[in-house]
Amino acid sequence: MNIREIMRPNKRNAWLAFAALALLLLVLPFATDALLGRGWVRIVDFALLYIMLALGLNIVVGYAGLLDLGYVAFFAVGAYTYALLSSPQFGLHLPFWIVLPIGALLACVFGALLGAPTLKLRGDYLAIVTLGFGEIIRIFLNNLNAPINITNGPQGISQIDAIRIAEFSFGRSHELFGLTLPSVHLYYYLFLALTLLVVFVSLRLQDSRIGRAWMAIREDEVAAAAMGINTRNIKLLAFAMGATFGGVAGGLFAGFQGFVSPESFSLMESIMILCMVVLGGMGNIGGVVLGGVLLVVLPEALRNGAGPAQQALFGNTLIDPESLRMLLFGVALIVVMLWRPAGLWPSSQRQRELEAQDGAAQQEQDTVYDASK
Amino acid sequence: MTPQSEILLQLSGVGKHFGGLTALSEVSLHIRRCEIYGLIGPNGAGKTTLFNILTGLYQLDAGSFTFAGSSFASCKPHLLAQAGIARTFQNIRLFPNMTALENIMVGRHLRTHGGIWAALTRHAAARREEQEISQRALELLRYVGINRSSHTLAKNLSYGEQRRLEIARALATEPKLLALDEPAAGMNATETASLKVLLQTIRASGITVLLIEHDVKLIMGLCDRVAVLDYGKKIAEGVPAEVRNDPAVIAAYIGGGAA
Repeated sequence: MNIREIMRPNKRNAWLAFAALALLLLVLPFATDALLGRGWVRIVDFALLYIMLALGLNIVVGYAGLLDLGYVAFFAVGAYTYALLSSPQFGLHLPFWIVLPIGALLACVFGALLGAPTLKLRGDYLAIVTLGFGEIIRIFLNNLNAPINITNGPQGISQIDAIRIAEFSFGRSHELFGLTLPSVHLYYYLFLALTLLVVFVSLRLQDSRIGRAWMAIREDEVAAAAMGINTRNIKLLAFAMGATFGGVAGGLFAGFQGFVSPESFSLMESIMILCMVVLGGMGNIGGVVLGGVLLVVLPEALRNGAGPAQQALFGNTLIDPESLRMLLFGVALIVVMLWRPAGLWPSSQRQRELEAQDGAAQQEQDTVYDASK
Repeated sequence: MTPQSEILLQLSGVGKHFGGLTALSEVSLHIRRCEIYGLIGPNGAGKTTLFNILTGLYQLDAGSFTFAGSSFASCKPHLLAQAGIARTFQNIRLFPNMTALENIMVGRHLRTHGGIWAALTRHAAARREEQEISQRALELLRYVGINRSSHTLAKNLSYGEQRRLEIARALATEPKLLALDEPAAGMNATETASLKVLLQTIRASGITVLLIEHDVKLIMGLCDRVAVLDYGKKIAEGVPAEVRNDPAVIAAYIGGGAA
């Protein structure tokens, strides 16, 4: 049997798996709706938004190794851009296809602006400064209601226009191909398309000259500079790229939610997004996606499951499900980090590392054997 | 001796101090094209400081140096790499979690151009460039003799292989001057011998080599000229046999009283 014959079924399997995944993603909102209810479709939509955010942060943290604790600021920039340009706040109702790119571009600019002062910082120091920047953006949004009211302060901006492409509004249900598609389903497909785009961009960047430069900086910044990498520009590029993804997710969030307020952009959000990256597997796109799904779905499942489970076990609710949820969530995080320190789905590099260690051990044995001969 | 006598690197009155400590003072020397130039001296003599100045990691406090005709008083590391100075580090600094091949591919960064757009679209020119990068990286792995380990993570390579990989990565930047900081440190006799052959091959290909080394046998057998540093000052310079018998050098190595 030659290699080609062995390869063929594998290739067919890969295509089958791909087709199955595509089908699953297509019917997911309908299945979720039928099995768990409409509320869960909304949660799935949020999971997609968070996957985009996590993939954006993955560029900064996972590829370039720059620990950013203020990432949610770019999400906020994207969301507020959409909210201000497409709501009764200023009476502006610009179309989605203009507002989203503006939000992404603004987030990109903010990414570079906030990145610039941190270029000489590393590790813990970088984390603290970015944390500060994240908070500054939130506090700005919170206080920009006086003397001139721009952001409406803590009340936030409401009645934001639903996302609309030409005459097609995602805000109400549509009849397509004989199917009734409610608003959440429509958003699901829009978010899915953009998430796939973000995954594609991440994949392409990972395996490119720029991607290698990011990883070189992550591994050893001094050596990277000595090899001729302009570390300043390449780091700024990582900040800007990551922020752009955040800005896109922010715009989608504002249109989907119809309401934004500074509360949605707290430090806790930054930490959640970072958790998705670290827990899923830093630097690995599949891992980050998995992390995003789990960290959105798990707390919701615990919220919905903790109350009834106590009822069934003890006959009454002993602990408030809301606090129990965070407790269990924390325990789950600790368990994962203890059992899989590299993340649930570590990057192939980590896997290669393990194989290489086996290889090295083998080689060592060979050498010993050679020497004893 | 090589027939070429064109000066590639010229240091004049280079000085560097850290607070009250003078690491280098009034160091002047020149390196000719296609030379193997040795830099020796006791620990703490300022050899690595000099390297760090040449590669832009430190900025000099006094004097200046010219390389290939341009002056570099204070300059960023990537610009010096661009100008054609590549280095290795005393305590190996590879990209540990990248494979041997990827390490060298990073070295090609400087001489290639693909940006975000090329990465996203992978148009024909971008694909050709990527092809060229990996092709060249493989050639260099073969050149330094570690092509068997191309997909091994750098940190899992043996010590000698890591040293060689660092040289290959530096060569990937197409340097005019290859600066090696103690390349034979920790190598056994066989490894040192093959390193010597490698360095001679590199020089034969037209690259000037600047070498910090403690292995006197290697220096004597390899270098065209040698400079000796002690307490930040150049105390001797010349062909190895001459320098070896210089009383100031003997004093520096054995102790001040012996002179």
